[in-house]
Amino acid sequence: MTAKVELRGVKKRFGPKVVLDGVDLTIAQGESLVVIGGSGTGKSVMIKCVLGILKPDAGQIFVDGKEVTRLSGRARDAMLRKFGMLFQGAALFDSLSVWENVAFGLIQGRGMAKAKARDIAIEKLAKVGLGPEVANLSPSELSGGMQKRVGLARAIAADPEIIFFDEPTTGLDPIMADVINDLIIATVKDVGATTLSITHDMVSARKIAGRIAMLYRGKIIWEGPTAQIDTSGNAYVDQFIHGRAEGPIKMEVRR
Amino acid sequence: MNVFAAIGRVFLAFLGETGRLCIFMADAVSAVLRPPIYWSLIFKQMMRIGYFSLPVVGLTAFFTGGVLALQIAIGTDRYNAGAYVPQIVAIGITRELGPVIAGLMVAGRVAAAIAAEIGTMRVTEQIDALTTLATNPIKYLVVPRLIAAVISMPILVAIADSIGVFGGFAVATQKLDFTGAIYLKNTIDFITHQDVSSGLIKAAVFGFIIALMGCYNGFHSRGGAQGVGAATTDAVVSASILILAANYVLTSVLFSK
Repeated sequence: MTAKVELRGVKKRFGPKVVLDGVDLTIAQGESLVVIGGSGTGKSVMIKCVLGILKPDAGQIFVDGKEVTRLSGRARDAMLRKFGMLFQGAALFDSLSVWENVAFGLIQGRGMAKAKARDIAIEKLAKVGLGPEVANLSPSELSGGMQKRVGLARAIAADPEIIFFDEPTTGLDPIMADVINDLIIATVKDVGATTLSITHDMVSARKIAGRIAMLYRGKIIWEGPTAQIDTSGNAYVDQFIHGRAEGPIKMEVRR
Repeated sequence: MNVFAAIGRVFLAFLGETGRLCIFMADAVSAVLRPPIYWSLIFKQMMRIGYFSLPVVGLTAFFTGGVLALQIAIGTDRYNAGAYVPQIVAIGITRELGPVIAGLMVAGRVAAAIAAEIGTMRVTEQIDALTTLATNPIKYLVVPRLIAAVISMPILVAIADSIGVFGGFAVATQKLDFTGAIYLKNTIDFITHQDVSSGLIKAAVFGFIIALMGCYNGFHSRGGAQGVGAATTDAVVSASILILAANYVLTSVLFSK
C-alpha cells in the first residue's frame, strides 16, 4: 500500500490558538478517507496546509512521496494540478458563467483551448446531473444544491488524482445531501481518485468513507475502517457519532 | 492601563502592517514581470477603472476649473492681476488639481470596488479556489488591476486636464470679461510640456497606489460582511492619504532644480 498523501507531525497555530497539534495521517492510493470532528477543530486548516494555502509551522506533508511543504512557483502549480477541491460554500467565481467556472482549471491552469474546455465542462456538468442549459447561467442564479454540484463538476473537471471535499453536505436538505453523497461516490469511482473529505455529518461520513479518522484538539485521536466506527471503544468517538452533549468532549462555551 | 504599552502596541501594529504591505507589493510587482499576462482581464479592468470613471472625473474637473477661475478673478482684484486667470488655471489644473482630484475620485470609486470585490472573494474562499485550480491569485487578480490602473489614470488625467481648463474657460468667458480667443492664446502660450507631463507621471503613481491599496485590503479582509466593509473603508482612506503624501514627494522631486 503506497501512501498518496501523508502528514507527519503537522502543527499550525494562529497567534496563541493552537489549531493543529501534530497531525499524523496517511491516505493510501485510491482510498476514500473521511475526517470527522467538531466545528473549529482544524479540519479545514488541515486541508489548506496540504494544498499550501496555509503554511504549517512544523511537520512535513508528502504527496506521492515528495515533500510539498516548501514548494513554490512552477513546482507548486504542478503539485496542485493533481488536486481537485470542493469547497464548503462551493466558492464559485461569481464573475464567470457556470461553464467557465467548471473549465477554469483547464483554461487557466493548463492552457486548454476554450472550445474544447467548454465541451469538457458540459460533459462534467452532465456527470453531476446538470444539463447544458445551465452552462451559460451565472452561479448566483443557481440554488445552493446546484452550486454544490457545479463545484463538484469543477473539482473533477481536470480528472484529478486526489479530491478534497470540505463539508460537502453542510447547508443542504437531507435529500440533496444524499444526492451529493451519491454523486461523490459515483464520480470518485469514475475518475478513480483518492479522496479526503472532512465533515461533521455522520450520515454522509458513513456513506462515502472507506476509512474514518477523528480529529480532536488538533490531533487524530482515532482511525479505522468505517465498519468499526460503532465499536471503536473510544469515548470521544462514541460521543461524537451519537451527537451527545454529555461526554468527554466539553464544548467550549464562553459567554 | 499602561500608556506606554498602548503606544507600543499601536506602533508595532503599524510596523507589521507596513511590512505586510511591502511584501504584498513586492509579490505583485514581481508577478507583473513574469508570464502569463492576462490581456483580456487587463482590458476589462481598464474599462472599469478608466472608462467608467470618466463621468465622475470629468464633472469634478469641470467644476474645479470653473471655481479656480472665479476665485483667481475675485482674489486678484486686490492688485489688478485678473489678467492672469488663464495661466493660473492652466498651471493649477495640469500640475496639481487634475491629477489629485482625479486620483481622489478614482480612489473613492475604484479602490472601494476592488477591495469589496476581492474581499468578498477572500471570505467566500474564491481566492483559495483559484489556488487549488493552479492559478496564482496575485497574477490573476492583482496584476491586471495594477497594470490597468497605471495605464488608465494618465489617460483619465489628460482628459480631466482638458475639461478642467475648459471649465476655467467657460467661467472666464461667460462671467468674467475674457474673450475666448485671448483666453486660449494665453493658455497655450504659457503652458509647458513639463506642466502636463509632471501631472501625468503623478497620475500613473496614483493609479498604482489606488489599485495596490484596493487589492491589499481586499486580500487581507477577514470575517464576513463586516470584514469586507472594513477593508473597503481602509482601502479608500489609505489610498487617499497615500495619494496626498505621494503628491508632495513627487512635486518636490519633479520640480527640484
